[in-house]
Amino acid sequence: MRAKAKLYPKEAARLLREKPGVREAVTGATLHFERNRLRAYAEVPIAEWRERAKALKDHVLSHLDHYLELAEKRLRENGVQVHWAETPEDAHRLLRAVVERHGVKRAVKAKSMLTEELGVNPLLASLGVEVFETDLGEYLIQLLGEPPSHIVGPAIHLSLKEIQKLFHERFGTPLDASPEALAQVARKVLREAFLSAELGISGANFLVAETGTLALMENEGNIRLSTSLPKVHVAFVGIEKLLPRFQDLALFLPLTARAATGQRLSTFVSLIQGPAREGEEGPEEVHVVLVDHGRTALLADPEAWETLRCLRCGACLNACPVYRQTGGHPYGYVYSGPIGAVLDPGLLSLEEAYPLPYASTLCGACLEACPVKIPIPKLLLTWRHRAVAEGLSPAWEKAALAAYRRVMESPTLYRLFSKALRGLPLPQDLLPLLRAWTEGRGPLKPSPKPFHQLWREMEEPHGR
Amino acid sequence: MRVALFITCLADQFFAEAGVAAVRLLRALGVEVDFPEGQTCCGQPAFNAGHWEEARPLAKRHLEIFREADYVVLPSGSCASMVQNHYPELLPGHPEALDLAERTYEFSAFLVRVLGVEKLGEGLRGKKIAYHHGCHALRELGVREEPLLLLREAGAELVPWEAAEECCGFGGLFSVKLPEVSLAMADRKIATLPQAEVLTSTDAGCLLHLAGRLAKKGVNLKVAPLATLLWEAYAG
Ligand code: SF4
Repeated sequence: MRAKAKLYPKEAARLLREKPGVREAVTGATLHFERNRLRAYAEVPIAEWRERAKALKDHVLSHLDHYLELAEKRLRENGVQVHWAETPEDAHRLLRAVVERHGVKRAVKAKSMLTEELGVNPLLASLGVEVFETDLGEYLIQLLGEPPSHIVGPAIHLSLKEIQKLFHERFGTPLDASPEALAQVARKVLREAFLSAELGISGANFLVAETGTLALMENEGNIRLSTSLPKVHVAFVGIEKLLPRFQDLALFLPLTARAATGQRLSTFVSLIQGPAREGEEGPEEVHVVLVDHGRTALLADPEAWETLRCLRCGACLNACPVYRQTGGHPYGYVYSGPIGAVLDPGLLSLEEAYPLPYASTLCGACLEACPVKIPIPKLLLTWRHRAVAEGLSPAWEKAALAAYRRVMESPTLYRLFSKALRGLPLPQDLLPLLRAWTEGRGPLKPSPKPFHQLWREMEEPHGR
Repeated sequence: MRVALFITCLADQFFAEAGVAAVRLLRALGVEVDFPEGQTCCGQPAFNAGHWEEARPLAKRHLEIFREADYVVLPSGSCASMVQNHYPELLPGHPEALDLAERTYEFSAFLVRVLGVEKLGEGLRGKKIAYHHGCHALRELGVREEPLLLLREAGAELVPWEAAEECCGFGGLFSVKLPEVSLAMADRKIATLPQAEVLTSTDAGCLLHLAGRLAKKGVNLKVAPLATLLWEAYAG
């Protein structure tokens, strides 16, 4: 996916102005998820779970080469064809080869953020392959030609009305069709696709190194169908998705489900151990593509590597009061919300993602939600500090903060400023800032006298 | 016990009476209060925006100015968190930064944790109060119960507020870098506000932002800093 993160401030403002319904839909849905998460966290010793999950992820990440080699070996033993993709182009080459070898005309796809990163859909389209997103939310946005707005709920920004209208135009359903009726229509289209596709594509929530097991979580059953009905299955797996042992799933599956949707476990969990063997049903060929796409470089970054613990549960998005106002689109890249704000600069470049670390008030709700305790507020500060050091901040900001420092460094200047606030003309540097503030909030009303003056009057009742 | 009041630049300019209230209350509780006059700003706006080079000299000044005090008390969770949590990071190799971090307290936390006060008086009897949890007080300092306890013990009726713990959208420079989002966040707080006589919080920034937005929307609700209300609790 091409990044448009630079446009974040403009796009956020435009969305709030032009599509107020998005704010309503996203706030409603995220608050619902958030309440469920809180309830689900409260049922278990969550502090201990999070600590264990964090420690385990840190262990894998600090021995990643070992676990990747082990995973590759086990996957091959299971009959899986393993590939390495450093770049999206590498991934494209592999996929193209599969498509050509099997004469693929149709593909079904399970929801996967990594394939968004890699631009799998546009590639398949260019190869003349018809692709069906099979997650209901993902299917909706595919019909609309939009990217996902949320890691877990890609169509979180749509209202029922909009979906009714979309289906009315596409499939001729009545404008007031019930959600069940709409799901029926989608199911019919997708069932046909499942049965006729030659290729199934998925991501993975986890890859267990010890056993070479792919673990996939979902609630609709589409992932299971996408990965088991077509004769070829290709799974794209980010190299940070590894877990050491099979038993680690016993922690990570329920933890992820609780964080993401407040469920104790997702409705379906698929554990894939390679292609079908004699007498079994399932794909004849399974490929696992281990994708780097900037992750190794991020791992080597001593201040930012912790983002790689991310499970893509979306809990930080649901908890984020900034994300709730706009949903994911204005962020301009695959990963939005708090995790996007710290991961995107690492995956793209700080220059390309510059505004995103500023898309936060540092309120800390994301850190409280995160099942693997990624210190998002601290990472936001790190990226901001780097952005300033690299000279990316706008001129007005530099000038304003330099002026601020001069004033605050000198009590004399500070007192002058204090007077100015109460009647004297204010310094030019400050005016645009003041205007931005007062437009939405009315004029600033300072106290009649500042406290430092009141203090003197209190201490020396006869004044000076 | 020598307590130095750090008024913070925003409270100095916009909620000066809260400083007077804090001084009076501390003195009434038998605490010797001093106001080091060289103080200005802790450097938080620059630090949070990534301009650490602008923030560092201010932090160093702050260390100097408050070197002598047994405790530094301030009516703001976010500035308290700046000193307690971020100075050590901003000034590595300065043991005084760690030392000051330990001596610095948000006002209500100081009353409850250090002075052991729970009941100040009953001056808020029957008053309906909406309390906004400033994010840094709540999540970085763990100050959640202290202000509520003091208000409740003084007879106030704390009205339940669905969004009490949600960020108000101020966020320092955030409010001018992303003004539309900032205002949308304030609007969500305001839309969920229950019937109350006063809206309060420990953070001047949040209050300034919310008061401005309330005024702009024509909502008539009194906004007062926590310190002001706590003095009212004591003095009746
Ligand atoms: S950062 Fe944490 S909360 Fe956010 S998606 Fe990743 S694991 Fe989930």
